[in-house]
Amino acid sequence: MIDVSVTRLHQPGVVVVDGVNWSVRPGDYWVVGGRHHSGKSDLMMTGAALVPPHRGVCRVFGQVPDATPALGQARRHLGFVFDGGQLLNHLTVKENIALPLCYHRDCPPEAVAGEVDALLELTELQAVADLRPAAVGRNWRQRAGLARALAARPDVLLLDSPLSGLDPADLEWWLDLLDALSAGHAWMEHRPLTLVASADHLRPWLGRARQFALIKDGRWVAGADGARAALEHDPLWRELTATGVRTTSP
Amino acid sequence: MAAPAAKVLTDNEPQDYWRVPLPASYLNWIGARIIGFVGTLRTLGAFALIASGVLLSKRRIARSVVRPLIHRELVRSGLQLLPMTLFVAVALGLVVIGQTVSLLTRVGAHELLGTVMVTAVVRELGPLITALIVLSRAGTAHVIELGTARAMGEIEALEAINIDPMHYLVVPRLMGMAVGSFVLTIYLILGALLSGYAWAFVQEVPLLPGEYFRQLASALRGLDFVLLAAKTAVFGGVIALVTCCHGLSQPLRFHDVSRVTIRAVAHSIVACVLIDALFIVVYLVA
Repeated sequence: MIDVSVTRLHQPGVVVVDGVNWSVRPGDYWVVGGRHHSGKSDLMMTGAALVPPHRGVCRVFGQVPDATPALGQARRHLGFVFDGGQLLNHLTVKENIALPLCYHRDCPPEAVAGEVDALLELTELQAVADLRPAAVGRNWRQRAGLARALAARPDVLLLDSPLSGLDPADLEWWLDLLDALSAGHAWMEHRPLTLVASADHLRPWLGRARQFALIKDGRWVAGADGARAALEHDPLWRELTATGVRTTSP
Repeated sequence: MAAPAAKVLTDNEPQDYWRVPLPASYLNWIGARIIGFVGTLRTLGAFALIASGVLLSKRRIARSVVRPLIHRELVRSGLQLLPMTLFVAVALGLVVIGQTVSLLTRVGAHELLGTVMVTAVVRELGPLITALIVLSRAGTAHVIELGTARAMGEIEALEAINIDPMHYLVVPRLMGMAVGSFVLTIYLILGALLSGYAWAFVQEVPLLPGEYFRQLASALRGLDFVLLAAKTAVFGGVIALVTCCHGLSQPLRFHDVSRVTIRAVAHSIVACVLIDALFIVVYLVA
């Protein structure tokens, strides 16, 4: 992103984050911190080419995704996990995970049953596979959103507040799986996955993520190459890394 | 308590109230309505063009996913509406056609029966009433479903997995509703004509079934079948487009859904009536 201004999804034209100069390289593991309603979700959606920037240039894999073919090409290599999963409510959890595979391969659900079962096993969703999203808890919907994003084996995975509202056990599960994906998981054919997550509490990510940035008062704050040291003196960093109920690290 | 004094008009006040110019606020209101109408037309037109483009350009994409959705929409906009359509058909036959048959026979004009039936039922009432049934039962469901999906972020979720929401959500509804509307109209017309004759038979109208159907057949032209198919499919397609457009075309929140649903119903009715008027012109010219 080069000097990008991010707007709200529901309020086009209202700039929430300004002056974003950000580059994500293959193998990176970024976490973007900020308070509630600071524009993290809008920034992630702009990064995933779901919302056009208000100003500036946003390139995905070197291309400006402003035309349909380029947009499709960019999204094919991007996975996006929404806050809360944002599953399609008329489909079951299993059908939600199968949808991208069936649609892009033009095949019936039976043809992708093996891969869907593997994703259900990876995300431990077998027990709720045949339920509709409204009948399962938020943490399971979040996992189903992850499984759906991983189905296409993307090169980059963007996660919007993946740890919000999770209990300590679930939180640990997520961080361990993201670590494994970043290192190269069997599902991804041992290819390291580039990760970008947003969070309103950074402490669980310390020692896990490798690059950090902040959204502070509507401005993008990051050190060179996402170095954590550049942010440690910032009061917002201290606030977001303070010990809280989500702390799992000793 | 003193009675209020009657207002006395002075020479300076206008005596003819109908000549009083409208306050500026009325003109502003009318102007705003006209601008709003033009804006709605532009939005609907753009949505229809995009939907048509997607329908044509992606007709070979993800057929194994889209076909079951079309089938589901056909069931919802066709099969599930059949009982209601047949009920309305019987009511239409009894109330309108039975009365007409009886009246025409009483005044000795029963040779006009076929023409009246074809004009009233086949060309006008059948398609229009079916459109209203489809709109009220399936069209409103579209707006609520899509508006809720929009409010819950499902549209962005589809885009994130590289699925065009127009292809996945609008195209099946458009095709299913166009075909469903056509088929339901045929059932409604047949039901109305049959129940109308049954009502006339009960009233002991001296009209044999053979004569009744001979008159209907002679009043029908080949063009009637073509225009009936076109009109009903267009009605279904327009209802699908208008309802989908209102559900999808702008970011919504939950409290917007009811307002948008009411607006979509009103716009669909206006659109169907305008299209009906257009087809009347075609009937008159052809």
